[in-house]
Amino acid sequence: MNAPRFFAAAAFLLAPMIGAMAAAPESPAGASSCSGCHPANTGIDTPIPRLNGRNAAEISEQMKTFRAGQRSATVMGRIAKGFSDDEIEAIAAWYAEQR
Amino acid sequence: MTPKHSRRNFLKLTVGGASASLLPLPAIAQAAPRVVVVGGGFAGASTARALRKADPRIAITLVETSRIFTACPFSNGVIAGLRELPAQQFGYERISAGGIAVVFASATGVEPQKKTVALSTGQRLDYDRLVVAPGIDIRWDGLPGYDEAVAEQMPHAWKAGEQTLLLRRQLEAMSDGGTVIISAPANPFRCPPGPYERASLIAYYLKTTKPRSKLIVLDAKDQFSKQRLFQNAWAELYPNLEWVGLSKGGKVTSVDVTARTLTTDFGTYKADVANVIPPQKAGRIADLAGVTDRTGWCPIDPATFESRLVPGIHVVGDAAIAGGMPKSAFSANAQAKACAFAVAALLAGRKPAEPKLINTCYSLVAPDYGITVAGVYRPVNGMLTDVEGAGGVSPTDAPHSTRALEAKFADGWFKTITNEVFG
Ligand SMILES: Cc1cc2nc3c(=O)[nH]c(=O)nc-3n(C[C@H](O)[C@H](O)[C@H](O)COP(=O)(O)OP(=O)(O)OC[C@H]3O[C@@H](n4cnc5c(N)ncnc54)[C@H](O)[C@@H]3O)c2cc1C
Ligand code: HEC
Repeated sequence: MNAPRFFAAAAFLLAPMIGAMAAAPESPAGASSCSGCHPANTGIDTPIPRLNGRNAAEISEQMKTFRAGQRSATVMGRIAKGFSDDEIEAIAAWYAEQR
Repeated sequence: MTPKHSRRNFLKLTVGGASASLLPLPAIAQAAPRVVVVGGGFAGASTARALRKADPRIAITLVETSRIFTACPFSNGVIAGLRELPAQQFGYERISAGGIAVVFASATGVEPQKKTVALSTGQRLDYDRLVVAPGIDIRWDGLPGYDEAVAEQMPHAWKAGEQTLLLRRQLEAMSDGGTVIISAPANPFRCPPGPYERASLIAYYLKTTKPRSKLIVLDAKDQFSKQRLFQNAWAELYPNLEWVGLSKGGKVTSVDVTARTLTTDFGTYKADVANVIPPQKAGRIADLAGVTDRTGWCPIDPATFESRLVPGIHVVGDAAIAGGMPKSAFSANAQAKACAFAVAALLAGRKPAEPKLINTCYSLVAPDYGITVAGVYRPVNGMLTDVEGAGGVSPTDAPHSTRALEAKFADGWFKTITNEVFG
């Protein structure tokens, strides 16, 4: 381990003693790209719906339906084809936890 | 975070193994890791915000030249008179309110050994990790006859703002029956479908207000993004739009501002309005930091976006060589979030996770006619690579209702992404 990296890591370990700020758990691979279109915040005038707080099974189901071409879509079919079942389920579970 | 190192270990290791500059212990005990982000565009501002969310203990400074950011996506609509420039402009108030130190200055140099960034104000910022996100600069030596003074008469409008308005005013001042010429550069450049969206919307403007006018696109390539979709739409909507590819003599080799001409290998074209989209490179600070290679762009590790040339410096957005990912605002924002996770992990001594990224570029062929190209990417053999079977362009045979829907989604995309970055 090189010194600067360790220095930073060490400073980090001490930080919780100073403040009580917590790190957000990292989102699963791919999830952070969805919010380019599906707004993370509320109150945005867009026809593309928010995913935050939605039922995980429902998000997974929709993604798999898009992937199989069983639901007509402008762009989601092309996107969903890039994700495995496991990836979809992890993303869906994560979005279900977001507010 | 795994509390692997006890405090005692930490002291022992620091005193035993670290350089002298790390020795004053009280200072270390106070310090949070410091990240400096240079450039507050789609890539830089997104990185700063995502990093803040990933770990609020990191001290983040965002360095940006301009107090007002002017977004390029949708700026072709401004040129065509379909929207106004203020709809493209965003401030940094919400970003600083979120706990990020925003410094309005230009970064003028980087010392990777000392881990400092020099600013135009004379100030120096220390960093543990640096993120370089300066977007593009024009290669002013890339096209004979074209320089900064000429750009005041033959605008590039490839950085939004005054240049965008200048091109619009020139189109408005042109009389019906005039000739507009767009010259498009070779790859790689910012926004691969951008010149063709621009051609479409200028053609729309001409068709609706100056129908006897003509538009010629002189292209240094034979292939371009969403080509079939654009060309099908042009054939249907814009008979006065002519595209000249490389093999038909489309590559512009010089321009003459006084004669208002553009010269190609095959001939000389006279323009009433000339929009020269010149060759580009990573923003200059990338060069000064030593993170550009001979191409003028920045090679990176596809999982962490750390420079392949200088450790401790990450590059995101247009400046980076991101494999299959095009230089787009969507990509810049997606890369920024992946980079932020990696930086937070590295600072915490964790191994960064393998990212997966999406890009989607919406283009408008007309106000109610949208098309897309999408891709999903992951690191393969050190490069961000298309996931096979995913992505691609809108279908060529879609009904008009689908095009109209994509135009609506495009508008939603712009509102959503600018809200995530600046709102
Ligand atoms: C006409 C046009 C249309 C486009 N349409 C789309 C679209 O529809 N969809 C899409 O996804 N993309 C689109 N793009 C592409 C998009 O604009 C870029 O890919 C995106 O802006 C890249 O983000 P970035 O952060 O790398 O660079 P930028 O957004 O340019 O941000 C760079 C920032 O860094 C600052 N900076 C540079 N150097 C320094 C320094 N030394 N010190 C301090 N600050 C510095 C600059 O002031 C700037 O604010 C379009 C581009 C054009 C030109
Ligand atoms: C380029 C913009 C874009 C991106 C990126 C994107 N989506 Fe979508 N999403 C859409 C659009 C548009 C629709 C409506 C269906 C269509 O036309 O494709 C949609 C629909 C959906 C729906 C169905 C919603 C409903 O209520 O019917 C789900 C679920 C979904 N997307 C999940 C995701 C996930 C998960 C990701 C990230 C892996 C993602 N989307 C990324 C644009 C996007």
